[in-house]
Amino acid sequence: MNPPKCDHCDEPAVVHEVTLKNGIKSEIHLCQEHAREAGVSMPTHQPINQLLSQFVISHSAKARAKSKKTCPGCGMTFGRFRQSGALGCADCYETFEQQLAPLIERAQNGATHHRGKTPVRAGSSVDRQLLITQLVKELDQAVGAEQYERAAQLRDRLRDLNPGTAGNGPGDRGRTASSETAPTDS
Amino acid sequence: MKFSTPGPWLSDDGPDTDVVMSCRVRLARNIAGFPFVGRANDAQRREILRIAQQVVLSLDLADGMFWVDLSHSPARDRQLLMERHLISRHLAEAEFPRAVAVSGDETLSIMVNEEDHLRMQVLGPGIGLSDLMDRINEVDDAIESRLDFAFSQRWGYLTACPTNVGAGIRLSVMMHLPGLKLTGEIDRLRRAAKDLHLAVRGYYGEGSESAGDFYQVSNQITLGRSEQDLLAEFRDRILPQIIEYEQHARQMLVERNPTLLDDRINRAVGILRSAHLLGAEEAMKLLSRVRLGIRLKRLHGIDLNKVNHLLLQVQSAHLQQSIGADLNPDQRREARAKLVREALS
Ligand SMILES: [Zn+2]
Ligand SMILES: [Zn+2]
Repeated sequence: MNPPKCDHCDEPAVVHEVTLKNGIKSEIHLCQEHAREAGVSMPTHQPINQLLSQFVISHSAKARAKSKKTCPGCGMTFGRFRQSGALGCADCYETFEQQLAPLIERAQNGATHHRGKTPVRAGSSVDRQLLITQLVKELDQAVGAEQYERAAQLRDRLRDLNPGTAGNGPGDRGRTASSETAPTDS
Repeated sequence: MKFSTPGPWLSDDGPDTDVVMSCRVRLARNIAGFPFVGRANDAQRREILRIAQQVVLSLDLADGMFWVDLSHSPARDRQLLMERHLISRHLAEAEFPRAVAVSGDETLSIMVNEEDHLRMQVLGPGIGLSDLMDRINEVDDAIESRLDFAFSQRWGYLTACPTNVGAGIRLSVMMHLPGLKLTGEIDRLRRAAKDLHLAVRGYYGEGSESAGDFYQVSNQITLGRSEQDLLAEFRDRILPQIIEYEQHARQMLVERNPTLLDDRINRAVGILRSAHLLGAEEAMKLLSRVRLGIRLKRLHGIDLNKVNHLLLQVQSAHLQQSIGADLNPDQRREARAKLVREALS
């Protein structure tokens, strides 16, 4: 049983309304954006805290039941995160999303989505990120097993994937750009 | 390691330096594919260092950029960098592979393997936050053109601590608040800050005590708002309130309790000019009072820049660097008192 998603999109709903009319129950679930669009007044001061604490309480039992889940990226558990306050890797955000969402919302004054800067390469590089993750893992195992030749090969492949770490070659575009702009900088 | 100038945050050239000494904009970024620093092993941390070093030094981010491998540098150098706000206490004291890249003018520093893989910051005097924001964005864009950062559509930039997600941005100002301290209103500010979602920290940031009535005030909201939005609120709505609050407290002291004020200020001058043993904390507290006296024009003949410079020079690593030797705590107190006596005589 997942927390209800917004009726209009895939974002988690933050406004929930249940109405009974002639014995027929109808539910409305809206994300922050669509609630605002629908003119549903977003609870501001006191009410949002109530809403949040209810949200947190209603899911904490499940959070406990799920706390055995471990992150496939780094082996982190939610219990361990609670102790240290730090997550283990980027995948932790997906693994523990249900437990993290209410925590983040509370810390961020109810905010649920990023609205700021987006990296230019964010969309196109997802597959590359997966590959990098895999290579980093293999590199780690290779170093652990003292397979240095294999480690060197993996390091080369990583280097090719992160053009910035190549000493020269076509990937090294920053240097050209910066030497052109250098005189105006100083 | 040698620094000659007082550094960008202790100069009185910037706008509104009366209350705001300096400001900083910092971004937290993590390189995709690696575990966060706390969960990475040393081999992975070294790999992160290697990648960061190659990228940072090959980009022409600033003049005279230099790289300090902190795991191989002496404790005094690390302390020196911390006293100049170029690295955090956490980075100075950690015991695993970590480094910092610093620009020649010390306005840019990029910490590697702090809580996040990269913590890049720009510093400047006064409230020049808008310029700093532009500058850090350039740095971020340049590095991002070479590295993939951990990012999700929903949460934005992914950080080791989930409370920093989104923009991953920290806007901070170093404020001198002796008025609020002397009137006992600093606790009210702390309470108000909580409601405004601000963090009020000590002189060295996270986990440090306030020294000499200097406080670091920064935003805690990083999600759900654009960087420009966060900046506008912090700069135009929040900071003016705190500045006014401090100036009001100073005005109250002048009008209602000038004797107490003059006593505190002149007593500070007296001790600084005559003490033969002086602790770092005591020195900063007294220098803070002198700074207040100069700012309120109740003290004459002492140069404000000299006082600002001393605020840095009395700190342990800087003191030992200027003497050119490692000193034990008693020797430091003696050397510090001598330095201050001679500077203010
Ligand atoms: Zn929606
Ligand atoms: Zn993880």
